[in-house]
Amino acid sequence: MASAFEYAPAPESRSVVDIAPSYGLFIDGEFVDAADGKVFKTVSPSTEEVLSEVARAGAEDVDRAVKAARKAFEKWSALPGSERAKYLFRIARIIQERSRELAVLETLDNGKPIRETRDADLPLVAAHFFYYAGWADKLDHAGHGANPRPLGVAGQVIPWNFPLLMLAWKIAPALATGNTVVLKPAETTPLSALFFADVCRQAGLPKGVVNILPGYGEAGAALVAHPDVNKVAFTGSTAVGKQIARTVAGTHKKVTLELGGKGANIVFDDAPIDQAVEGIVNGIFFNQGQVCCAGSRLLVQESIQDELLDSLKRRLSTLRLGDPLDKNTDIGAINSSEQLARITSLVDQGEAEGAERWTAACELPSAGYWFAPTLFTNVTQAHRIARDEIFGPVLSVLSFRTPDEAVAKANNSQYGLSAGIWSEKGSRILAVANKLRAGVVWANTFNKFDPTSPFGGYKESGFGREGGRHGLEAYLDV
Amino acid sequence: MPTTAPAALAFADVTASDGALRRFLHGLPGVDAVGLEARAASLGTRSIKTTAKAYAIDLAISMIDLTTLEGADTPGKVRALAAKAVNPDPTDRTTPKTAAVCVYPDMVATAKAAVAGSGVKVASVATAFPAGRAALPVKLADTADAIAAGADEIDMVIDRGAFLAGRYMEVYEQIAAIKAECGDRARLKVIFETGELSTYDNIRRASWLGMMAGADFIKTSTGKVAVNATPANTLLMLEAVRDFRAQTGVQIGVKPAGGIRNTKEAIKFLVLVNETVGEDWLDNHWFRFGASSLLNDLLMQRQKLATGRYSGPDYVTVD
Repeated sequence: MASAFEYAPAPESRSVVDIAPSYGLFIDGEFVDAADGKVFKTVSPSTEEVLSEVARAGAEDVDRAVKAARKAFEKWSALPGSERAKYLFRIARIIQERSRELAVLETLDNGKPIRETRDADLPLVAAHFFYYAGWADKLDHAGHGANPRPLGVAGQVIPWNFPLLMLAWKIAPALATGNTVVLKPAETTPLSALFFADVCRQAGLPKGVVNILPGYGEAGAALVAHPDVNKVAFTGSTAVGKQIARTVAGTHKKVTLELGGKGANIVFDDAPIDQAVEGIVNGIFFNQGQVCCAGSRLLVQESIQDELLDSLKRRLSTLRLGDPLDKNTDIGAINSSEQLARITSLVDQGEAEGAERWTAACELPSAGYWFAPTLFTNVTQAHRIARDEIFGPVLSVLSFRTPDEAVAKANNSQYGLSAGIWSEKGSRILAVANKLRAGVVWANTFNKFDPTSPFGGYKESGFGREGGRHGLEAYLDV
Repeated sequence: MPTTAPAALAFADVTASDGALRRFLHGLPGVDAVGLEARAASLGTRSIKTTAKAYAIDLAISMIDLTTLEGADTPGKVRALAAKAVNPDPTDRTTPKTAAVCVYPDMVATAKAAVAGSGVKVASVATAFPAGRAALPVKLADTADAIAAGADEIDMVIDRGAFLAGRYMEVYEQIAAIKAECGDRARLKVIFETGELSTYDNIRRASWLGMMAGADFIKTSTGKVAVNATPANTLLMLEAVRDFRAQTGVQIGVKPAGGIRNTKEAIKFLVLVNETVGEDWLDNHWFRFGASSLLNDLLMQRQKLATGRYSGPDYVTVD
């Protein structure tokens, strides 16, 4: 929407954070080179500028890190919960104090807008550590009897879409329950995890309790397969999740998987339309749609479809795409050229299969990885874009006639991670929510997160729950 | 003399009976309070700097209805206010004039004389402002009085008692009667007193009721109750005028009033306008601020932007 009121650039300063030219692996409280000396470069997806060179972990490094974690486990797990809590509270406070640095770093390495890292990611990260710090001395009351025991060494593999937040979801409950961890961040977003290693040192966390191994899939595979790992936690794609399930099958390892999704956002004809439009936008364009629980399927009651789509398109035309460090940017960069290629290929298939494409008119920067907000109408359950997770700013719009049909279509998916319901009628919300096979169901909102609330999937979206009291179970020997 | 607004014709069936009007208003889409406030808050995080800020400050000054509505108002006070409206910053003659001065009906003649030839309009509250508790003939006389004294704009209050009791037709007819009294002589702003309507659903219904009855502007509040203009209730009213124009082709103005005291807040409202209804409303013919102390803060920020220094309250006039 061109306007006389053009917002002047309002960039957050990137000088608030120091990025070292190179980083090592964080093992046993020290930054060290990879055993085989390998390194990789991490780039800023909005400019393709190289941010830093990072040590690339291999199988030998995984073994070193697991040994360090094993050695640290004995003392860490023997600490009273109230003492472990002090470390977690300290970490949470340091994250709050350094949140501006972390927000800029995350935006640079991931490509998401500073508005999101500043207002969503970082506050949630700190909240997660505060929340599980509170549990550390109350595990007797978690519903697993008196004095529940930790599992040992947790091997954790996290994705690139919320690098620091996924780290917090993994590390906070593991430490609160007395486990030690070896965590592998994604190869495109290692920097905030390495910054976190520094936070651990600042907090005086005993050596070996947290180990960070930046690297590629082979490091993740070695970590998951390591015989001395007691617990595997993975967030990422369903394909890799299946591989992990095969690897750990027949072992003693406890496993939680948080995988893909194809969330249905159901809008009934009595919905608060203006707020539903905001919820749809937030559901699929938050973090450029690179969210496992994104509301990527819009199910709209046919009687209001035209009206809703008009409003939605008008709203999408006001989204501001561009420099992620600009405080007024709504849509940032896609995380990598691989992800951009995947989105582009699925969108091309959508067009080839006959769905009608609409893309917001906006200029894309010449460097970096970008995809304009897009929606497809005339989509049916048979289209690939209605079934496969696109993991990008692409919304598939389907219609329904009755509540039963909405529920049937929403559940007709290999996934079951999230869903949304928009209606002003409370009884309808409750009735529909009970029938949806999704781990989280939002009513008249979407993509709302809170550390007190468990999160996880049905079907191929994975198993186990993270967050809340339920999230403790995955790290306890129960 | 009563003129029928084109919008009124479009809604002839809706306003044919009390029942039809009630069904229409209650059939408007509901408002989710949490979602509305979240959207308003999210637009409040926009960062408006340098050239954009300079534009916004001048625009905001030009949109002010500089207001004094006190029992203690005197001709001297009103003349001082009018002088300020015409020439807000004596140290910088490039400063835009405010849109209007807003006074009680008995002060209209004084104000009119004081702003003569400047282009600044005179707005007058009427219809037993602020409570609206008077019979229709009294309200009509109040309005006629203000117009006769030269008011360019009439800011009427609706009968909140009738609205809350569900007598929508009565409210509709009163607005239509005042509109007929205004005719082509004055633009009509309809004040809902959103703080007393209390729910967002009520504010949306009142907005449509006012627009259908012939309002040229819909306005949040009198400034005389605890809750006045907020980003959320203004956003909701902007959505109403946007939808009304889409349906009827008729453009209606919006005026948040009361409680907007500094530049930062005013700019947030302009962002709401920009991203909800767009530049068609970024003009003082279609958007106003009902305010008094806001002007001095805008002037101080304007001086700071021009000189790089913050001079302080002694460098703007106290009226």
